[in-house]
Parts: sequence; C-alpha cells; structure tokens
Amino acid sequence: MDFNVELLEKLVSVYGPSGDESLISTTIRQEISDYVDEISTDALGNLIARKKGNGKKIMISAHMDQIGFIITDIDKDGFLRFGNIGGISPDISLSQKVIFKNGTIGAIFSEPLEKSTERKLENMYMDIGAKDKEEAEKMVGIGDMCIYYSPFAHNENVVFTPYLDDRVGCFVAIEALKRLSDTDNDLYFVFSVQEEVGLRGARTAAYGIEPDFGIAVDVTAHGDTPKAKRFAVGLHKGAAIKVKDNSIITHPSVRNTLIDIAREENIPYQLEVLEFGGTDSGAIHVTKTGVPSGVISIPTRYVHSTVEMASKEDIESSIALLKGYLSKKL
Amino acid sequence: MLLRELTEASGVSGNEKEVRDLIKSSLEGYVDHMETDRIGNLIVHKKGSNPGGKKLMIAAHMDEVGLIVKDVDSSGLLKFMPVGGIDKRVLVSKAVRIGDKKLPGVIGAKPIHLQKRNEWSKVLDIDDLYIDIGANSKEEAEKQVSIGDYVSFDTAYMEMGNGVIKAKALDDRVGCSLLIDILKSGIDAEIYGAFTVMEEVGLVGAGPAAFRIKPDMAIVLEGTLCFEMDELDSHQMPTMMGKGPVISLIDRTTVYDRNLRDLVVKIAEQNAIPYQYRKTSMGGNDSGKIHITGTGCATTGISVPTRYIHSPLSLISKSDYDNTYNLVEAIVKEFEKGAI
Repeated sequence: MDFNVELLEKLVSVYGPSGDESLISTTIRQEISDYVDEISTDALGNLIARKKGNGKKIMISAHMDQIGFIITDIDKDGFLRFGNIGGISPDISLSQKVIFKNGTIGAIFSEPLEKSTERKLENMYMDIGAKDKEEAEKMVGIGDMCIYYSPFAHNENVVFTPYLDDRVGCFVAIEALKRLSDTDNDLYFVFSVQEEVGLRGARTAAYGIEPDFGIAVDVTAHGDTPKAKRFAVGLHKGAAIKVKDNSIITHPSVRNTLIDIAREENIPYQLEVLEFGGTDSGAIHVTKTGVPSGVISIPTRYVHSTVEMASKEDIESSIALLKGYLSKKL
Repeated sequence: MLLRELTEASGVSGNEKEVRDLIKSSLEGYVDHMETDRIGNLIVHKKGSNPGGKKLMIAAHMDEVGLIVKDVDSSGLLKFMPVGGIDKRVLVSKAVRIGDKKLPGVIGAKPIHLQKRNEWSKVLDIDDLYIDIGANSKEEAEKQVSIGDYVSFDTAYMEMGNGVIKAKALDDRVGCSLLIDILKSGIDAEIYGAFTVMEEVGLVGAGPAAFRIKPDMAIVLEGTLCFEMDELDSHQMPTMMGKGPVISLIDRTTVYDRNLRDLVVKIAEQNAIPYQYRKTSMGGNDSGKIHITGTGCATTGISVPTRYIHSPLSLISKSDYDNTYNLVEAIVKEFEKGAI
C-alpha cells in the first residue's frame, strides 16, 4: 500500500480552528500548487484550487477547520475560561492538553464537582502554568483560540489522532488530485472554512463557483464498537457513500454514479444512512438554484475526540472512489 | 432625543413600519438614497465625496421582541403568543399597547389568593396569561382589536441614576440610533446603512439586505446582554455597563473575522476609547446572515452593553453609547481611508 502517512500526519498537526484557518491553508496551498491551474482564497478564507477542464464543473469540498476552544476570560490568578468552537464535549476535554497558535500549551481541568454530570464547559478552565493574570496575558489574549494537542499514531490497520475530522478529507482530496490523470471535468477543490460551526465556508464558496455537481469528503460516525448505537457503517468495510444525514439527502444521480464506479473498479464501499450530523454538501446542494450533490465519507470511530480512528484501507478506497468520480465523463 | 422616540415607537418583528418611518424622517436630507426593500428593510446610501470604492455596510435591526394576539375569548380577554425570545417569567402584570391604535392593555393572570400552594412555585405559562383591555365581551373587544394585532410593552423612556437610560427595545434601537447619528454626523465617507427587519425571529431581514448591498465589510451594531452581580466570577459576566463598547468574538451565528477584530481593537486603543470583549458565545445577530451572503464578507460586531434585554425594559449607560459612537466613527474613517 502506498499510503502517504507522512502527509496525513502533517495535515492533522497544523493549527486551524474554525475562523482561523490561515496556517493550514498555507500548508495545503504548498502541497497542491503544482497540480492545479489556479488557486485563490475568498473573503471567509476558503482555499479554492481549480484544475481546468471543458466539461462539467465539480466542486469538491473538504473542510480544513477544526473544533476547538476560544478564550473568553483570564482571571486574576492566570486561569483561562473558554467557550467552544463547534462540537466540544466537556467529558472528552477534561484533562486534555491544548495548543494555541503561538505554541502556548495549556491543560483543561474542572472545578471540583459533586457529580460528574454537572460538568459543563462553564465550570471548566485552562491552566497554562502562568503565575498570575499579568503573566498569562503575555502568553494568551481573550479571543485567542486553541485546539487539542495530542500525538498522531498509527499501525498497519488504522490511524489514531485528533482532527481526522476533516483533515483526512483534505488528505483524500489532495491524494485524489495528485493521482488524477487528465479529465474533461472542470474541477474546483475547495478546502473550506467554518464547517464545524455551521457549514459556513462551503456556502460562500459554492455561491462563487456555481458548480454543476458537489462532492463533500468528510468523516462519518461508526456502529461497530461495543454496544454502539445501531449504524451500518464500520471500519475496514470501504469508503462510505452517503445516502442521508441531517443536512442532505444526497442526489440519486450522484450517489448512483459513485456506486457504479465503486462496482466497476472493485473499490470496497458501504452505504451510509446517518441519523444526525451534516457536512458541506448540506450547504452546497441548496446554493442558488440547487446543485446535485453527494458525499464520500471516511468511516471514523470516536469523532470529535483526541483518538479519532480510521482505517487505512478505507481511506485508500475513498481516494480511489473520488479519483474515479472526478475522472468520469458526467 | 431621538432615542426616546425610537424606543417608544412600536416595532415588534414583522411590524416595523412605525420605527422605519421615524428613521426615514430623521434621515431626510442626510443621505443620497433611501429605499424600503421588499421584505421591509430600510436601505440607505450616503455617497460621501469619493464614492465607488470598497463597500461598507452598517446594520442595525429595527424590530423588537413582543407579542401577537392569537384569540379573543368570550369574556373579551386576549390570548397571545410571544414574538421572539421572551422570558415568560417577565410577562405577568405588565402594561402593553395593542395594534396600530396603541390600545392600552394589561397582562393578567389568576391572583395569588386563588392559586393553590403548588402553583406558587411554578412559572406562569403563556397559556395561563391573557391581555385585559377592559372589554366586557368578545364583541366589545373585537371592535377594538383583531387576531394578528401586534403587542408591545408600554414603557416610557426615562433617564435615571448616573447617566443611565431606561427604555424598552434598546435591543436594538440603540443600534438604530447610533447608525442614524453616524449617517447624520457629516463624516465624509461612503456608507450603506441597513435598518433590518425580523432579526429577533431568525435574522430574516439581514440576508436580503446584504444580498442587495454586497458589502466588502460590515459592522453590526447591537444592544447586547449585560449581567453583573457580586457573586459571579469574571467569566460569568458577559459584558459590563460603563466599560465601553463591546467587541464580539464568537456567537452562535458568527466567528468574527480575526483580522478585522484586531484592527478594531487597534483603532480603539489609538483613539483612547475604552472597549471590552463579549465574553459569551451565546446569542447571535444579523452578522450571522450578512457574513455568509453571496461570496461572504468580513464582519465585526460592536454593541452597547444593555441590561435586561428581551424584557419590558432595559438599561444602557450614556457613556457606553458615546464611546460606541466614537469607536464606530473611527472605524468608518479608517475604512474610508482604505486602512481596513
């Protein structure tokens, strides 16, 4: 397997919480600039890379933002209080390390509580090891954002790391782009911003591009762990082709084209019917007069934790499926 | 003072005409173009002496939370629904005005003497409340009101304490007043002003307004929540009265553009204007729609700390008003210079 684990590790490690995606945008720009014809950034910060063609306009969207925290207060002893950026769980955040854009490291802990069910972000704090407010303010300011800080790991089968959501989608899009030979399709690779706070970047990007088809590449949940909520998607069963989630019912023509490609090219796949959640296609498909859209999902355990886990085989299948779709005459 | 007239006018979401007319007449002669769009937003354009550059939009919403009549019962009492986010605990025994004729009414409920002991500790539900207009029958009531009439709180503007203003609907008439002051100030700058409708029921007007204007940058002016008590830790108080304009970081509808926010802070510091950050991610405002309309734009949220919003009365400090005005004026000047 020619799995480019170095690139995936690099992508998950670069700072980019929703609203401050400049560093990851630069990283991805450097990675892809030799493979595309035009590259630009829009008002919200979406990175839009075009590989020109005379055929249909396809927007491929993988979001580069991450869930994280925003500092709202620094108390007299130098402890930080924070709000969430996107879907942050108090239980998962307890005793995690975090890192700021300037490299400052912090630890998240909680006020003493009678019951663990009382744990809310409001009664938790960050400790950056400052001796007082003045020292803390030299390291961090109100409004600064931080992300989980936890090392990347992998073995033969899987990767475990924070921020597969959705740097693995960025990885799949980049790898598919690199492996593409010539295609008639006019391809717009969008590395979108602010997905985690409400699919905001994909909306403005789609408005500007006016694609004929939209494909989001993102993680999805899993149903294959002890006593997991019933859900047919699991690891090592292939790329997931989304049927629905809370943001979209995928367009049958896009979905069926993906299924046909998977069958023709012997790419392992599974169908995904998700009862919650949403991704960029949810914003793309209702843009202007509407855009037939689908989603390629990477089955991922423990989404929004620091140990998000995905199968290397599934990631490879997702790359192959995306490459197949982008190469097809539509 | 215009803020008195603005706050005493009725403008519950979807029924902003009285407020809009007041704003239109106050801006007559100060702007180059005024237009009410199809959804009811008042869009104004002041060209300045050097028009045609990047577009600055400043938005404030005209609407306020209130009530709407849904039924008249046989005894002539009015049943109602809330419009926008109202804490139902604040409703009982309040004076209100109903419909275009501003018919007076009072929100009534079962008196304490008749309540069972277990009712004392319960919040009165909207269905337990009614509006009493002093009518004796359904027929008599229906001569004066009809289903669908809007209801606003009957609160007089008053100045009190040390430079504090009490009024209803300071969320967001304070924003409207600031925007009017900016447009009338004589600053030589091109400004698109949007007085929006139906913010309180889901940021309805702001999207169409931004779609029309297509701004490069937008300032959203608000009266935002303010809550201070001794027993609270500093992080539990989102804003403080008297500490100057509030700069938004994040809320449920927007992650405010970081570069623009840093510039706003720099402008405040250069002009020695006090400022504070909005230390909560709750709530939302017109920025939520403006920044993702079309191909998007950078927005900044600047607010006057306002105690007791979404209730029959609210408080602001005049010094916060003045400092907010000064900050917005300084931002407009920098934008006009091309520094933003």
